[in-house]
Amino acid sequence: MKFGVVVFPGTWSDKDFGWVIDRVLGQELRYLWHKDPDLHGVDCVVIPGGFAHGDYLRCGAIARFSPVMESVRSFADRGGLVWGSCNGFQILCESGLLPGALLPNEGSRFICEWTHLVCERTDLAFTRQFQDRPVVRLPISHGQGNYFADPATLSRLEQAGQVVFRYSDAEGRVEARSNPNGSVHNIAGLVNARGNVLGMMPHPERCAEAELGGEDGRSMFQSLIEWGLEVLTA
Amino acid sequence: MKARVIVTPKPVVNDPQGATVGQGLRALGFPEVRGVRMGKFIELDLDLSEVAGANARVEEMCRRLLANHVIEDYRFEIEAPPGP
Repeated sequence: MKFGVVVFPGTWSDKDFGWVIDRVLGQELRYLWHKDPDLHGVDCVVIPGGFAHGDYLRCGAIARFSPVMESVRSFADRGGLVWGSCNGFQILCESGLLPGALLPNEGSRFICEWTHLVCERTDLAFTRQFQDRPVVRLPISHGQGNYFADPATLSRLEQAGQVVFRYSDAEGRVEARSNPNGSVHNIAGLVNARGNVLGMMPHPERCAEAELGGEDGRSMFQSLIEWGLEVLTA
Repeated sequence: MKARVIVTPKPVVNDPQGATVGQGLRALGFPEVRGVRMGKFIELDLDLSEVAGANARVEEMCRRLLANHVIEDYRFEIEAPPGP
């Protein structure tokens, strides 16, 4: 599986993703500089966290005009896998590749902590290894992860089953108490209708090794690798 | 000519920043502050001479970049250049 990790000025999770892809899992890695529209034949585009272009104006607002994003859009239109985490999720929303927007956290605090999540879609290339896992544990680290969509969009998303992750407690109960940032319906991640563009606030790249306190993030990378072996070599 | 754009969070959108500033003002002895909404003020310097044309251009700028229609409203005014 060949992963492309997009790097904007201000991206900060690129090396963490790169470490997991290359050093932990031995997959092919290519960093994609935002000014280069060539995706170099990658199978999955990762848009990592950080503060692309300083998050000036709004999180992700400037990043969507980078030359690489035009290619990411057509890659997604062809069914290519696009995986945005944290700032990457914000960029996907600003680009219109996913609906809605990420607002400042309820309570105005930057939150860096472990969260429990219920994964409601384990049929995706990104999450197939979460099958039979009622609750997973991944860290969040953001000031603006408060997912918002208008009621019509929200009900469309819910009906189509596009919500992939919801903040929950350790037992998988999705309640206001387990919502760290005020996101509507406890939404932590969602996918487009076709199932190939995933955006999520949590950081899978920060929990792919036991030394870091958890390995649930690694399952997402392994899901993609497994999917690649089945689909790309078929 | 100059254009002044004001971008504000939509009424249905929570504004934690505004709420925090409101708390601060009340703590400072301004109990009359019932609410605070915070937005952005953007001043554009345009190389244009026709106000009508500028209106259309700034409208498009707001729609495509300056405001996110999911969460924000915008309004703007064009300052006509001084007459001859």
